[in-house]
Amino acid sequence: MLATAIIVFREVLEAALVIAVVLGASRGIAGRGWWILGGILLGALSAAVVALFAGAIAEAFSGTGQALLNAAILLIAVVMLAWHNIWMSSHGRKLAGEIKAVGAAVQAGNKTLAALLVVCFAAVMREGSEVVLFLWAIAASGGHEFGMSIGGFAGLIAGILVGALLYRSLLFIPIRYFFSVTGWLILLLTAGLAAQAAGFLNQTGLLPALGNSLWNTSHILSQNSILGQLLHILVGYIARPSGIELVFYAGTLVTIYGLMRLMKHKHRPPPVRPGLPTQADISTTNP
Amino acid sequence: MSLRLSSLTLLVGLSASTLAFAATPTLELIIQNQQFTTRELSLPADTKIKLVVHNQDSLPAEFESYDLSREVVVPGHSSVTVYIGPLSPGRYNFFNDFNHAAQGWVVAEPVAHPGN
Repeated sequence: MLATAIIVFREVLEAALVIAVVLGASRGIAGRGWWILGGILLGALSAAVVALFAGAIAEAFSGTGQALLNAAILLIAVVMLAWHNIWMSSHGRKLAGEIKAVGAAVQAGNKTLAALLVVCFAAVMREGSEVVLFLWAIAASGGHEFGMSIGGFAGLIAGILVGALLYRSLLFIPIRYFFSVTGWLILLLTAGLAAQAAGFLNQTGLLPALGNSLWNTSHILSQNSILGQLLHILVGYIARPSGIELVFYAGTLVTIYGLMRLMKHKHRPPPVRPGLPTQADISTTNP
Repeated sequence: MSLRLSSLTLLVGLSASTLAFAATPTLELIIQNQQFTTRELSLPADTKIKLVVHNQDSLPAEFESYDLSREVVVPGHSSVTVYIGPLSPGRYNFFNDFNHAAQGWVVAEPVAHPGN
């Protein structure tokens, strides 16, 4: 039962943390709740379908079908997150200003919400299909239905709670710095997902490893540990990275950051409106 | 820019792996009763290996390794392919993520003769 809870927790955690960051990054955009919920529900539905066809997917492309699917899903999420961050680099300041001024949701950014829906969809589908397969594996072994249900449910709740905790913590950041912080979070998250995609493409034999175990920090921070796991999901921490993972990580980071800087300079923000009180502490009253 | 870069890398990788295809040695790993029948998988260092994981159970398993950045679900009664390496000499842990009692090691040996 505990083993079930832990395994489900780890799978759910990955999706929950991605959704928490996405929720933070879309703060103040009207209708984001529906878009993100839509992404989660579509992801859950697709997870069941993927689990159902797991056998066919696994054996496709000479037994590399699943890794190819994972790589494709991850790369789609990478493009969507990149697009969001580049969009925010020209709209974020305005968004923060309006949230500060009206304290309410802003009617803008449907395009970025669509991108974020895809990100939530991808995260839930990838992790969800594994949860479904794993629970099915236990259920099929017989005699563990009760413990499995309790364990699975506990793991699910615990994962969601940690995601909620991350989101609540993000809200403590003053609104002035808020979108800078979520921008950096998304940037590192995206680079980590790109590195994961590189790992999958190398696993299929399509990309060279360019050196395995460039370094090994397992003895300092094991990827098995909770902190190692959290950092793996959030910033792409890999204890023994391969060269191709490093290339994808750095390449994604530099490319998105460069485009963000470019867009920021193209769309110079309007000067701060006069007469607006400097409410540095507004974030504490603004949910 | 990143897309163009990565598709270029993909092309280079494709041709490299096609060339290496015929020469890639293959190893087999069997999952039976939710356990790996081989706990230590010896392979030559500095060589790319094709590892075929067979799951003989009716239950799905997940071959996973943090050390190798590998992760793949192996549904019941099916086989999947995982490419590994070229590895520097050393020990690399792998496990069944659906049953952590099942642990194993890939041992990359400096002497260039394949075990198993």
